[in-house]
Amino acid sequence: MTPLPLNQQLLNACAALLLLLSFAMLSQRRIVSLVNLFAVQGAVIAATTLLVAWRTGETHLYFSAALTLALKVAFLPWLLHRLIRRLEVRWDTEPLLDISGTMLAGIVIVVFAFGLAEPITHLASTSMRNAIGIAVAVVLLAFLMMITRRKAMSQVIGFLSMENGLFFGAMSATYGMPMIVELGVALDVLVAVLVLGVFFFQIREQFDSLDLHHLERLGERR
Amino acid sequence: MRPAAYISQSLEIAVALAAAPLFLGWVNQCRAWLANRSAPSVLLPYRNIRKLFHKDAVLAENASALFRIAPYVVFGTMVVAAGIIPSLSGRLPLVAAADAIALVGLFGTARVFLSLAAMDVGTAFGTLGARREMMVGFLAEPALLMVIFVASLISATTALPAISAHLAGARLVIDPSLAFTAVAFTLVLLAENARIPVDNPATHLELTMIHEAMLLEYSARHLALMEWAAALRLFNYACIGFALFVPWGIAAGNVGPLGLTLAIPILALKLAVAGAGLALIETLSAKLRIMRAPEFLATAFLFAVLGLLVHVLLGGP
Repeated sequence: MTPLPLNQQLLNACAALLLLLSFAMLSQRRIVSLVNLFAVQGAVIAATTLLVAWRTGETHLYFSAALTLALKVAFLPWLLHRLIRRLEVRWDTEPLLDISGTMLAGIVIVVFAFGLAEPITHLASTSMRNAIGIAVAVVLLAFLMMITRRKAMSQVIGFLSMENGLFFGAMSATYGMPMIVELGVALDVLVAVLVLGVFFFQIREQFDSLDLHHLERLGERR
Repeated sequence: MRPAAYISQSLEIAVALAAAPLFLGWVNQCRAWLANRSAPSVLLPYRNIRKLFHKDAVLAENASALFRIAPYVVFGTMVVAAGIIPSLSGRLPLVAAADAIALVGLFGTARVFLSLAAMDVGTAFGTLGARREMMVGFLAEPALLMVIFVASLISATTALPAISAHLAGARLVIDPSLAFTAVAFTLVLLAENARIPVDNPATHLELTMIHEAMLLEYSARHLALMEWAAALRLFNYACIGFALFVPWGIAAGNVGPLGLTLAIPILALKLAVAGAGLALIETLSAKLRIMRAPEFLATAFLFAVLGLLVHVLLGGP
């Protein structure tokens, strides 16, 4: 085994931590904790970006890290906490079907994602190409989370977590996207959360709850 | 094999037998301190075992031979397990007979005998405890195996001393797969040794008890052996943890008597830290409902599998 340089080891540790956080989000019942986990995920991604920027000397990654820190660690969690307070869903928990089952499904998904990323890994030339598999796994786990959840709030967090996974994938495959694309995506995410925040109030006004199962029925009125 | 290896082998078993109750006493003392109670003496488990050996054994009328044999089998398997876990030295002749997977089998044997003996007399509590023990056990075992598989995969062997020596030889690295398996192992340790999130070791009459429920019918020397075996099991698990995750300080190769005597204070230090940590975990967590135990152990399994996957993806050369 060739000795890995220290920052490579740190990057690997960060990647592993991201995977772990995805599982933690999958099994978390309380919405407030879910938002906090999302903030931690953002922080880990910002740290990874910083490490990569320091290692490769790509200046635009510093901006990208700062953007992640501002948007995903500070602003979006703050906004979501505010929404939770305003919607008075602070102590809400969701009944999750079967945590052990979901976890096992998650493991299968991770294996699938690692297999899926294998050919891409051979194409990429970055030093952290091994982490592409983890990025794909984070995206798919966020999908799984959106499928298993009913509440609008946790679906939005699943969506944001998926974006985190994509960002991480872009970074591990090609050291990040061009600055203009990253700015565009950041703006998109911001606007999406703002619009969805308005939707929350509408949904609750209409159905008296944030349970999205009410939206599955067609028709004029319930 | 030279006699030196046999000396280190017997020394290791002797140390395990002697230190196991002390370790249990130390954990109990830390727990008492953390709960702001005045602590019992660390020597209490010894006195308890001595007291029990001096009493006359009482057997239930309809107890079969199995009930009488079980304590000896359980105690014996734990002693053998202590013999193949490298706690002081890596040179153990017994290891040729049993590797890490056989070790899991030894723990399984002890569990089966314990549960069968508990069901033997036919009391409600015994049967209840036995069923719960088997439920916890069959969920904890795959997680423990998975932990051992990760370590074996990293070091390409299933013999515990070789694994331990390989991991100690590696540079000081941040290895995420080992970190995950360490968490998984801690969860398994808590579940398998009837510690707090799964079972409460400080209770003797409670509807939710698991381990104590199985010992209710035992008395005198049988009970002493069972309690000693339980202390040994905790000691063994701690030593497996040291061998896998903090393998430094275990005398390896031809170090002679000096290395062995040096290994003893290092082991004592590790045990002191681990005992305090265990007490801290137990004080901070609340007991889970029994129906939540599968979730707890599924988490352990998940951690171990994640460790395996992360090793496959990132740990390669």
